[in-house]
Amino acid sequence: MTVATTDTAAAAPAAARGPRANPWAWVAFGVGALYFLVPLVGMIEFSLRKRRGTYSFDAYTSVLGDPQFQQTFAFSLVMALVTIVIGVLIVVPAAIWVRIRLPWLRPVVEFLTLLPLVIPVIVIGFGYIRLYNTSSFLPMTGTAASTNVLLLMGYTTLALPYMYRAIDTGLRTIDVRTLTEAAQSLGAGWTTILARIMLPNVFGAVLSGAFLTFSIVLGEYVLAALLDRPAFGPYMVALGGNRAYEPAALAVIAFAITWGCMGLIQLAGRFQKHTRAART
Amino acid sequence: MSYLNISGLQKAFGSQRVVKDFNLSIAEGEFVSLLGPSGCGKTTVLRMVAGFETPSAGSISIGGQDVVGLPPQARAIGMVFQAYALFPNLTVAENVGFGLKVKGTGRAEREARVAEMLKLIGLPDLGARYPFQLSGGQQQRVALARAMAPKPRVLLLDEPLSALDAKVRVALRNEIRAIQTELGITTVFVTHDQEEAMSVSDRIVVMNGGIAEQVGTPFEIYNRPATRFVANFVGTLNTFEARVEDPEAGRVTLGDLPVRLPGPVAARAGTTIGLALRPEQLHLGRGPDHEVVLPARIEEVAFLGSVIRLRVATAGTRLSLDTFNRPDTPPPPPGAATEVSFSVRDMIVLGG
Repeated sequence: MTVATTDTAAAAPAAARGPRANPWAWVAFGVGALYFLVPLVGMIEFSLRKRRGTYSFDAYTSVLGDPQFQQTFAFSLVMALVTIVIGVLIVVPAAIWVRIRLPWLRPVVEFLTLLPLVIPVIVIGFGYIRLYNTSSFLPMTGTAASTNVLLLMGYTTLALPYMYRAIDTGLRTIDVRTLTEAAQSLGAGWTTILARIMLPNVFGAVLSGAFLTFSIVLGEYVLAALLDRPAFGPYMVALGGNRAYEPAALAVIAFAITWGCMGLIQLAGRFQKHTRAART
Repeated sequence: MSYLNISGLQKAFGSQRVVKDFNLSIAEGEFVSLLGPSGCGKTTVLRMVAGFETPSAGSISIGGQDVVGLPPQARAIGMVFQAYALFPNLTVAENVGFGLKVKGTGRAEREARVAEMLKLIGLPDLGARYPFQLSGGQQQRVALARAMAPKPRVLLLDEPLSALDAKVRVALRNEIRAIQTELGITTVFVTHDQEEAMSVSDRIVVMNGGIAEQVGTPFEIYNRPATRFVANFVGTLNTFEARVEDPEAGRVTLGDLPVRLPGPVAARAGTTIGLALRPEQLHLGRGPDHEVVLPARIEEVAFLGSVIRLRVATAGTRLSLDTFNRPDTPPPPPGAATEVSFSVRDMIVLGG
């Protein structure tokens, strides 16, 4: 008993000292922070120097006022949203099905969802063009609309690793099988189970998957360029090749959008009443 | 009149036959427990009734309707799971009202039914809470209310008390029984806890190795176990080996002691049969009408409150003996020499 008390007494101040004890941790943190912050600050500073001799938002007004920026951004935004919807509709039922009925298929599915990370996008792009060109059995590159469908398919594939992993991790936190059976015994069909039970419970995971998808689609260049669609990625590249200050401004804007999205995810997580206890 | 009818039910997972020829008829409003060790197939039977597993052979009918071809959501069955399985994203009231909402019941009726159910389980004020804000016992009560709200034809309980602590478990099992009696709902209860099964059931099905070893009231199961397995699984048992002398007359020898059993024995002369005796049938000292008296020595004394359980060594074997606590008679100390007696009428002949 005495020994235990002495131990606790000795351990407590050490634990309290813990985070501050090692100065090297702070040095490492400082170096890491500088590594990320210096280029960022430099970029922001540079983006403000379009007008000679003074700081201004000229580069930003130039970018934001460019009709091509608005068009390509709107196009990629719509594509991203549709990709997210398709991704969720494919991945959520698939992940649940693998969990409930086909657990032995899990390694295969995980491998499949990792393929887009291993196979270069350009391979998918050329594959699409070869398979679906205007003289093929399914000439999907024939019209703008069908090429957009092709682009969406490509985007969904690219986002698959992130979407699947995010949602699968989300599903791990709930007892999918028992909840499904409980809902079934209460008369619910699959649509009800997915919409009323599964999606709300993995909402946070779906959101982070959606966010990753969003940033992938917004910055994607290769597929959009190969399929010649007016997306944001090719616009950024073109701008980077032709202007000096605007690309920096564009990068800052893209950065702001990214952080905005992350903030939104946090906010959405906070609105979920049923998980409040887990967070506090 | 049987309401839930299971006949010739079989289930195999690959080459493993989990349920082999299971038959059971349950009357409307009856409370039947499936009791057995883990892996005996009791949960598989329940899941086949619920529709979560498809039988390899056999039929299941509810109220005359064959349900084997029906998906779970079309069977009108209420189920309570060991893991509660409340929907974490819905409030208690929404959980209870879920089945009614799926059915398309109107809002007013639904709310009335939810209120009625919450009152029934004794949690009328917790409708707005989320499952994570409830204790285990409360969650399981809500799960019970949720299962019963849509007025299912049959209520299935899959080890609903196993995750709870002892005190809550006893309270809740009595509550489940009271609610079941009040609503008159046909109920199948799966458990591996014999005390639980005996205390709440109209009838018990003791399962082992995928078949029903015995179906009967708790009284029958305990006092007249049909097989050696049932006798051993339900309650504590002292077993003896006896040599059959005259099967017709029921004459056997127990060690060196000739014993005449009340009825004929279904074994050939010269073979060995198993006899068993419940601890409460053994008497410390000479009991009235007890034909068999054996000298014994006390080995252990366990004071359980109303009952005192003794371990005694006698005739080369150890026996468990239960006696009621009497404030004026303290239990004998370990090591004390004594006598134990019993009546052969209380002996259970163990079958296969």
